[in-house]
Amino acid sequence: MSTAGIIFSNIHDSNISELTRMRTLASVPFGCRYRLIDFTLSNMVNSGITNVNVITHYNYHSLMDHIGTGKDWDLARARGGIKLFPPYVAAFATNMPATYDTRLEALKGISDAITHMTDDYVVLSDCDVICNIDLNDIINDHIKNGADITMAVKHASLSTEQARINTLISSNESGEITDVLSYPTNFSGEADISLNILVMSRTYLQTMVYDATAHGFVSMNRDIISKNIGHSNFRVYRYDGYFAVISSLMDYFDHSMELISHPEVREELFREKSRPIYTKVRNSPPTKYIKGSTVKNSFIADGCIIEGNVENSILFRGVKVGKKSTVKNSILFQDTFTGENVSLNYVLTDKDVVIRDSVTLSGAKSMPIYVSKGKMI
Amino acid sequence: MFQKKECVAMLLAGGQGSRLYNLTETTAKPAVAFGGKYRIIDFPMSNCVNSGIETVGVLTQYQPLALNEYIGNGQPWDLDRNSGGVTVLPPYQAKNASNWYKGTANAIYQNIAFIERYSPDYVIILSGDHIYKMNYDEMLEEHKKNDADATIAVLEVPISETSRFGIMNTDETGRIYEFEEKPKHPKSTKASMGIYIFSADVLIEYLRRDEVDPASQNDFGKNIIPNMLADGKRMYTFPFKGYWKDVGTLGSLWEANMDLLGEEPNFELNDKDWRIYSRNNAEPPHFVGENAEINNSLVTEGCEINGVVENSVLSNGVIVESGAYVKDSVIMSGTRIGSGSNVNYSIIDGDTVIGKNCTVGRLKEVAEGLTLIGSGVTLADDTVVPAGTMYSPEANEQSKGAN
Repeated sequence: MSTAGIIFSNIHDSNISELTRMRTLASVPFGCRYRLIDFTLSNMVNSGITNVNVITHYNYHSLMDHIGTGKDWDLARARGGIKLFPPYVAAFATNMPATYDTRLEALKGISDAITHMTDDYVVLSDCDVICNIDLNDIINDHIKNGADITMAVKHASLSTEQARINTLISSNESGEITDVLSYPTNFSGEADISLNILVMSRTYLQTMVYDATAHGFVSMNRDIISKNIGHSNFRVYRYDGYFAVISSLMDYFDHSMELISHPEVREELFREKSRPIYTKVRNSPPTKYIKGSTVKNSFIADGCIIEGNVENSILFRGVKVGKKSTVKNSILFQDTFTGENVSLNYVLTDKDVVIRDSVTLSGAKSMPIYVSKGKMI
Repeated sequence: MFQKKECVAMLLAGGQGSRLYNLTETTAKPAVAFGGKYRIIDFPMSNCVNSGIETVGVLTQYQPLALNEYIGNGQPWDLDRNSGGVTVLPPYQAKNASNWYKGTANAIYQNIAFIERYSPDYVIILSGDHIYKMNYDEMLEEHKKNDADATIAVLEVPISETSRFGIMNTDETGRIYEFEEKPKHPKSTKASMGIYIFSADVLIEYLRRDEVDPASQNDFGKNIIPNMLADGKRMYTFPFKGYWKDVGTLGSLWEANMDLLGEEPNFELNDKDWRIYSRNNAEPPHFVGENAEINNSLVTEGCEINGVVENSVLSNGVIVESGAYVKDSVIMSGTRIGSGSNVNYSIIDGDTVIGKNCTVGRLKEVAEGLTLIGSGVTLADDTVVPAGTMYSPEANEQSKGAN
């Protein structure tokens, strides 16, 4: 049995438009040294899926740079490996291809590749599923129950804002899906949300894509799943591990800070011995603490130089915290440089930001300040 | 089909490193951990790729398992090439004989076939036991400019240390007229760093000649270099300025680790123009807890620090529990320091567990020497390991005299 993976890299881009202005959601930095897609890619590789197709749409330079040949995920392969699918524009085309908003339209865009797939099963996944999951558990459940489509779901308690970016799945006791509610605008409370990880057989996927093209279907949830509940075998796989999907910049901030405040989240995401999360290797030296620095409750990548004070913060690779500077409750992306006597509180700096000597930036817990890529303040 | 290469590197990595005691019990010296996330061999390997040398033969002999695994297909150093790249060269069984590598020159002699596949103009001989950053390409340019048969990299050493090195006596153009092995009364302070560039055909000729000489010890320093000098070959020095450290003893290994610390360290790893590459372990970023204090130290991926760490170098995955105190020490990967334990002036090898409230070593200022805890040791709670002890994994046997 072999399984292929398909990843949608631009889905939900608009959730955190600040961070996706210049990049795909897939390449949004997270957790000191990772990009969001690292979780999906690592889950696939750790589950033995080594034929991975990434569909991308726009802003994908950062994603291409991150993935490179795929060797850091062990996906530089003669058989399978990782393939990136940017939009296909035919030579001499008089009309530009219609942009797609849904997963089904994205799949139609690579129907040729799907036609040539030979794997038995396919895992479809969004790029922003922050979890460490053994996908074989879902695949085996799918096979055991002879399902047409199996969706991973997690029970969650949702605010209206969170519900708005999730798909709510209702199912009966035996695990059959009874209703699908996408992006409800006025729901709050307890519900099963979709992890946006789906399993189906390769032939089912192929038929689905051909039918969708023939009938002009555009949404998997609306035109396929909702319509066929009752006469197809659509099932849920209940997952009870840690799962986060990011709905806004605020949400991004909160989920990042969970890595500090909740040791069990750190443990579950990163310390599962047989399922490490891989990322692009940057060959930074270890982080250097200079005499007189104080650091507490922080999550810190390699390549940093810390001369000042850091508390409750997340430092990505190559961050410099200057002398007598204080960084509190903040997230500093790769190569952020802070001079001397700087004070940051509830600040999120994007890549390559420079904070000059004696600058004070203070946001609030409910409203962190965001400094965009390459800015000098 | 083998593409011609201008220069092939031969990296001598078979050394046992017996003066590193337990650290090389089951590991060849070049695979010993250094600087938090490196192995000693990362330095010559990274120097090679940074200098544009992309064909590297690594000669292994002593306990090669960890080293072979570590090198793998050479991918971390960009040495997984279609043409060239890294090749591990162990001793082998030939049709009429099978020999261990008898000496440095013999090791290269046995691999002449490897060198000849690439028809190189030059061969650079390196060793896997030094920590330094060096551009071999500059040395090669000097070699070509001098129309030399051999070029030897040299370092100015204090006159008091000349008796530990091979000393090169040169004329004002840098041409070597005399070589003295560990002289008592040196004429110069130019010490050989064990880095040689040879014009390939000259090297092969002298290796073949050396092999048939039954009196030879088959060593570059003792035989090949003196023989070439005696024949009046054009031999030049290449003066190296910069940090270079032989990490052949526990003391020097400890010192080299300490040289990485501080605002302006003796040896700078944070150098984007000369990155040191190493195999990555896919560990998460390190976490610094509520009660942690870290001062003048290096910490890397996978560490969890809840105690006090001062003047120390921690490798990946080291756990320092709350209330533990680590000072002036080198802690290798996967080691756990239990709460309330005190570790001073020590080297602790990987995958070791120090229980709670243990005392390992003494304050550097008063210690009788470095303390060494071997790999995989588990110290029960409240254990006291006196300063200067070597604590080995076998039956936790203790013996004095780590230095």
